[in-house]
Amino acid sequence: MLQLINNNRNFIVSLFFAVMIISPVMVILLSGFQAEIEIWTHIKQYVLPDLVKNTVILIIGVLSTTAVLGISLAWLTSFYDFFGRSIFHRILLLPLAIPAYVMAFIYTGLLDFSGPVQTFIRSTMPSIAPCFPQIRSAWGVIAVISLSIFPYVYLMASSGFRSMGKSMIEASQSLHAGRLSTLFRVTIPMARPWIFGGLILVFMETLADFGAVSVFNYDTFTTGVYKAWYGFFSISAASQLASILVAIVLFIFLTESYFKKKQQFFTKGYEAVTRIKMNRIRSFFAFGFCSIIFGLSFIVPVFQLLFWTITSFKVEIDVHYVTLLKNTIVLGVLGTVFTMGVAIILAYSNRSMGDIKTGIVSKLCLSGYALPGTVLAVGMMGIIAWLDKTLIGMVGIFGGYPISGILKGTLWVLPICYMIRFLTAGYNPVFSNMTRLTSSMDEAARIMKVTGFKLLTKIHLPLIRRGIITGSILVFVEIMKEMPVTLMLRPFGWDTLAVKIFELTSEGEWERAALPAITLVLAGMIPIISLTFLGRNKKQNVITG
Amino acid sequence: MKQSVFIVLISIFIFTGYAAASEKELVVYTARKEHLIKDLFEKYEKEHGVKIIYITGKAAVLLQRILSEGSGTNADILLTVDAGNLWQAVQKDILVPVESKILKENIPSHYRDPENRWFGLSVRARTIVYNTNAVKKADLHSYEDLADAKWKNRLLLRTSKKVYNQSLVAMLIATVGEDRTTKIVKGWVTNLAAPPYSSDTKVLEAIAAGQGDVGIVNTYYYGRLMKKNPDLPLAIFWADQDDKGVHVNVSGAGILNHSKNKEEAVRFIEWLSAKDAQKIFADANMEYPVNTQVAPHADVKTWGTFKESTVNLAKAGQLQADAVKLMDKVGYK
Repeated sequence: MLQLINNNRNFIVSLFFAVMIISPVMVILLSGFQAEIEIWTHIKQYVLPDLVKNTVILIIGVLSTTAVLGISLAWLTSFYDFFGRSIFHRILLLPLAIPAYVMAFIYTGLLDFSGPVQTFIRSTMPSIAPCFPQIRSAWGVIAVISLSIFPYVYLMASSGFRSMGKSMIEASQSLHAGRLSTLFRVTIPMARPWIFGGLILVFMETLADFGAVSVFNYDTFTTGVYKAWYGFFSISAASQLASILVAIVLFIFLTESYFKKKQQFFTKGYEAVTRIKMNRIRSFFAFGFCSIIFGLSFIVPVFQLLFWTITSFKVEIDVHYVTLLKNTIVLGVLGTVFTMGVAIILAYSNRSMGDIKTGIVSKLCLSGYALPGTVLAVGMMGIIAWLDKTLIGMVGIFGGYPISGILKGTLWVLPICYMIRFLTAGYNPVFSNMTRLTSSMDEAARIMKVTGFKLLTKIHLPLIRRGIITGSILVFVEIMKEMPVTLMLRPFGWDTLAVKIFELTSEGEWERAALPAITLVLAGMIPIISLTFLGRNKKQNVITG
Repeated sequence: MKQSVFIVLISIFIFTGYAAASEKELVVYTARKEHLIKDLFEKYEKEHGVKIIYITGKAAVLLQRILSEGSGTNADILLTVDAGNLWQAVQKDILVPVESKILKENIPSHYRDPENRWFGLSVRARTIVYNTNAVKKADLHSYEDLADAKWKNRLLLRTSKKVYNQSLVAMLIATVGEDRTTKIVKGWVTNLAAPPYSSDTKVLEAIAAGQGDVGIVNTYYYGRLMKKNPDLPLAIFWADQDDKGVHVNVSGAGILNHSKNKEEAVRFIEWLSAKDAQKIFADANMEYPVNTQVAPHADVKTWGTFKESTVNLAKAGQLQADAVKLMDKVGYK
C-alpha cells in the first residue's frame, strides 16, 4: 500500500487539489442535469444560436488581436533597440491594472453617439458624422477586451523570447534567414509554450468575462448564464450553459497537451540576446506603434478616470475608502499566497512525472479560469452549506454551542474560490519556467543524492523563482479586479473597491465610479511595475545549459 | 506540532465570522445600493440603538445566498428592488407573512404582497421620455403607441436583460394579453434607432444628443441627469393616462422565515414606512414615497401628477419568465 502511494505520489497530490477544485464545478454540472426542460428548450431555440455565434466571433477576434499586439510588442522590445524602448518595456504591462469592465465603460462613454468624440464630429463636420461606426458591436467589444488583456501575451512572449538565448537566432541568421523569416520560423516556434500560455489566459478570461460584454450589451455564453439565472431564476438552466463552457475549456486543454507532448524547449549554451539598434526611420515607427497601443490601453482610460474623479470627488470621497482599499489588498494577499502554493505543488508534480493521468487531472484543476465567477460561487455555496451541516454536527457533539455556520460568511471561502478561479494565471508562468529545467539537471541532482523534496527546494524553486513571482503578481492583480465572487461570498464588512465600482456603475453613475476605479488602477500599478524589474536579474538564467 | 495546532486555532478565531444572535442587531441583505440606503440605516441606529449590519448584492444572488444558508442564515430582512424579485423570494418560500396594522395603513394594497410577505417602500415609475426639440407632447400616447411605424428609427430602449423591462412587459401581458404584447414589443424592436443600451442613463443621453427621439426609462434616472445638466432637451411624458396608467414598480422588503429577530425586523420595516424615513428613502433616489401622506421631492413634483397602474405587482413576478421568452422570440436583445 505504502509502495503504491509512493509511486503515485504526484498523481495523488494532483488528485487531491483536483477534487477540491472540481467539486464546486461538479455541483454546477450535476444541477445542470435537472434542467427545467421547458426553459432549456426555449434557450436552445431562441437564445443559444446567437450566443454561440457571438462567442465564437469574440474569441477569435480577441485571440488574434492580442496575439498580434502581444507578439509584435514583445518582439520589438526584446530584440531591437529604439527610442523609448527601455520605458515601453516596463510600462506595456500597465493596462493589466485596468479591469476590462472599467475599460468598457470608459470607451463606450467616449465613443458612443452621445459621447464627446461623436458630439465633436457632429458639431464640426456634420457630413461625415453618420459614417462613425457603432462602438457597441462585435468590433468594439473585441477592441476593448483586447486592449485590456493583450499584456498577458506580451508578458509571456517576452519572457519566452528573453530566455531563448541568442544561439538559435544566430544559427538562423547564419543560414541567411531574414529578420521576419527568423521571427516566424525560429523565434515564435521556440517561444510557443509561453505564447500559448498567454493566449490561453486570454481565451479563458474572454470566455468568463461578464462585466465588459454587458456594458456593450453583447450577448455571449456568460451573459446567457446570467440571463438564465436572473431572468428565469433557473439555476439549473444556468448550470447547463456553464457546463458547456467547462467542456469547451477541457477540450482545448486536452488538445493542447496532446500537441505539446514530448516537445522540449530548453536551449543549450545560454547567452543573452544582443539587441539590434534600429535606424532612425524604423526607430520612429517602432516608437509610434508602442505609443499608440500604450496610449489607447492606458493613457486614455486613466485620463478619463482622472477627469471624472475631479468632477465627482466631493460627492464620493469618505473615510470608507481606506477600508475598501485595505480589504482589497488583504484579500489579494491571502488569495495569492493560497493560489501560488497550489500552483507550485501542481506544476511540480505534473512536471516530474509527466504521465498522462497526472496531466489530465492537473488540467482539470485549471478549468476554473473560464468559469464565470458567479457560477463558481453558486457551486461553492452548495459545498459550504453541506460542509457546514457536517461540521456543525461534529461540533454539536462536543459543545452544543449555538453556532449557525463555521465556513459560511467567513474569510476562508474567498481565498479558496480565488484559487479555483485564478490558478491558471499562477500556474502557467511557473510551469513554463519548468520546461526550461532540463531532465539532465534532475539526473545530475540524483547522482548527488539530491532527491524528492530537497530537489524541489534546493534546485527547482530557485530556478523557477521568476515564474513564481510573475504568477503571484498576475494572480494578485486579478484578485484585486475580481468582482462577482467577492460580491457573492464576502463576509459582512468586506466590501472591496471592485464591489464599490459595481454598485455605482450598475446605477449608471460612471463619474462616481471613477474614484474607486482609479484607486484600483493605482494600487495595481505598483506590483505590475515591480514585475518589469524582474528582467534585470541575470543570475538565475546562467545556470540553464 | 503544538505550534501548528496553535496556528490553526488562531486562524479559526480570526476567520470565523461568528455572529451571535443579539436583540440589538439586525442583519439586512440588500439589493438596493449602499449609497441609497446607508443614511437610513445610520439614522435608525441612532434613534433606536439597534445596530444594522448589511451586505449588498444582486437580488438573485442574495436570494441564492439565503437559500443555501438555510436555517443557519444570519439575515433578518431581504431588501430588494423590483417586485419581480420579491415575488421570486415568495416562490422560494423564504419570507414570512407579517400582520401589522401600521404597515397596512402606510402602504397601499397593490404595493404589497396579497399575503403580506413583502412590502413596497418606494415607488418608481417607468414611463416615456422624449426630446423636446423633436417631439410634440401631443404626439405621445402610450407604451403601445411606441410600436407604431411613425416612431421608426426614433425609439431607444435599455436591454431586455434588465428586470425593469421584464416587469414592464410582464405587466403589459397582464393587462392586454400575450398576443397584443408580442405585437407591441416587436414594433418597439423595429422602431429602434440603435441597439439597446445597457443603462437608462445612456438611453437618456442618447435621446438628448438626438440619436433617437423617444424612450422608456425610470423617472429617477431622468431626475438625476437633469440635476447634473438642467439644459438637456428632455421631458417626461406620463404614458397610458387614458387607459391603465403608468407602469410603476417598487423597491421593498420582506422578513425571512429563519430570522431570529422577527419583532425587531417588523419594527424596522414599520419605521421605514412611516413619514420621516419615507421622505429620506424616496428623496435619496428621487423616487416616489409609497406612503401617500408623504409628498415627493420638490424636483420630482415638477414632473406633474399621473395616474398609475393598480394591477397588483405580484403579477410582474408571475409573468416574468413569460416576458423574457416573449422578448427573446421577437429579438429584443
